[in-house]
Amino acid sequence: MSTLTQPKLPTSERFSQLFGKYIYIAVGIIIVILLIGRIIFVARQESYPLSYWTFQVINGLVLGGVYALVALGYTLVYGILFMINFAHGEVLMMGGFAGFFALQYMTSIGWANGTALQSTLTIVFMMLAGMIVSVITGIVLERLAYRPLRGAPRLVPLISAIGASFFLQYTALLVFGAVPHNYRKPSVIDGVWKLGDSGIIISYTGAFIFITSILMLLGLFIIVQRTKMGKAMRAVAEDKHIAALMGIDVNKVIVFTFALGSALAGAGGVMLGLHNTVIRFNTGFLPGLKAFTAAVLGGIGNVLGAMIGSLLLGLLEALGPSALGLPTEYKDVIAFSVLVLVLIFRPSGIVGEVLSEKKA
Amino acid sequence: MAMLEVKNIHTYYGNIHALKGVSLHVDQGEIVTLIGANGAGKTTTLRTISGLLKPRQGTIFLNGDDLTKYPDHEIVYQGIAMVPEGRGVFSRLTVLENIELGAYSRSDRGEIEANTQRVFQMFPRLEERAKQVAGTLSGGEQQMLATGRALMANPKILLMDEPSMGLAPILVEGVFDTIVEINKEGTTILLVEQNALMALQVADRGYVIQTGEIVLNDTAENLRRNPEVQSAYLGIN
Repeated sequence: MSTLTQPKLPTSERFSQLFGKYIYIAVGIIIVILLIGRIIFVARQESYPLSYWTFQVINGLVLGGVYALVALGYTLVYGILFMINFAHGEVLMMGGFAGFFALQYMTSIGWANGTALQSTLTIVFMMLAGMIVSVITGIVLERLAYRPLRGAPRLVPLISAIGASFFLQYTALLVFGAVPHNYRKPSVIDGVWKLGDSGIIISYTGAFIFITSILMLLGLFIIVQRTKMGKAMRAVAEDKHIAALMGIDVNKVIVFTFALGSALAGAGGVMLGLHNTVIRFNTGFLPGLKAFTAAVLGGIGNVLGAMIGSLLLGLLEALGPSALGLPTEYKDVIAFSVLVLVLIFRPSGIVGEVLSEKKA
Repeated sequence: MAMLEVKNIHTYYGNIHALKGVSLHVDQGEIVTLIGANGAGKTTTLRTISGLLKPRQGTIFLNGDDLTKYPDHEIVYQGIAMVPEGRGVFSRLTVLENIELGAYSRSDRGEIEANTQRVFQMFPRLEERAKQVAGTLSGGEQQMLATGRALMANPKILLMDEPSMGLAPILVEGVFDTIVEINKEGTTILLVEQNALMALQVADRGYVIQTGEIVLNDTAENLRRNPEVQSAYLGIN
């Protein structure tokens, strides 16, 4: 890594640079004070019972788990190709639809609401279908939309990604129509736990989603940290030429990375379907952007950062509106305000490293 | 027959004609050095042999097998490993992970383990720092790591690109001792160096490259005595 020497600037510019920095800090402090003030103000009114808050925390963790699965796709691809795969949300949507059709089939043969085993197998089948279709989508995307543009300026694959995103969305609109398709929960995860008289409620679906995402994140962590392929991925992320010298087939690693990220997105798509109980052609768009926000929040390119950023964003979205005394519709505003604030105050994210010249 | 035979290669960077018909050969068990000034084409020659650059013309044979037909990542499977210029260690990976990646092209776990032990024996410092992230190593240690990593591929021939670059003089001696040691254990070496004095002391033969062409080719001893080489590369007038 090269050390950059700061070029000597004329005094006036140095002054404005310094001044600009203080303005940032001042604005940051004002924002934090305003937010804290508002939270205290709302909290003193005691509009919500404790059970409501615990419900929202659980909700936030569930959402965060799904975001994490999706955010990893962004961060893994970014780590290796330094491009944002803006069609990733559509990869999720394709997985969601595959899960939907798998569910329909299983319902038609009576398994979805059959015995506990049949119902569990239904979920497994849905997840597999979603992951497989997403993996295929991701690999085709890489082959057709990104690989031909490898080596082009960084803006070019980005535009290609946005194009691919629209292409997939409107293809889905054409094929599946604009109406929302209902995900009817398989019986085994349809229900809630009530914790005594506290009024705290945990849905089976929420528990299933959270536990499954944590398990998948762990699996991914092991793949990246412990396996030969994971090491190859990290080597390619750092230097493709040296990686090739080691005998690593860089293209194979890139395809594997897309496949891995897409598999997680596919699982996320199915879970999101179960969580929202509906799926549409544009289902992937907003979660895609949110997961991207989460990846940036954690530090894009960093696996651990994506996980932390996602859980944090999920919690912010679930708790933020109520804590600020706003209607829940404001959760998207909060999520994207976080994106803007992170980009202004800490572009490298929570655990991200400062980008070196080579990457930037 | 020569082990590595480079015949009349022409390599370009875009429109820049960097190698204009370079030919050289390395026999089994030799240390051969390629010396020359900055920008003469030393690194380009090594990068072409290791497959990172494709020559527009010419052939590279390793034990009679044409290497130019392989994609870059398959060259190491043919028995060529490289210690790249500037060491090129994976700085965010641990020392041990770097070493393991050196053996990426192999699958026999037992042999890889034995090889790791050999590398640790050669560079005890690497064993001490095995769990450390490679970016935290000193320049000399990174050079050891890059060399150890290349040896993990168990190459027939080792290409070394400026192993002494940027190291303190006291460490440079160590680097050349290592080169001799590796060679004694049976690995053939093609060494590119700006430190021509040291390189010609350890090498059996040498080539002098100038603006993409081999201009001299002799035993290391004769090159050391050659007045032109002395004045141009050895700093002796």
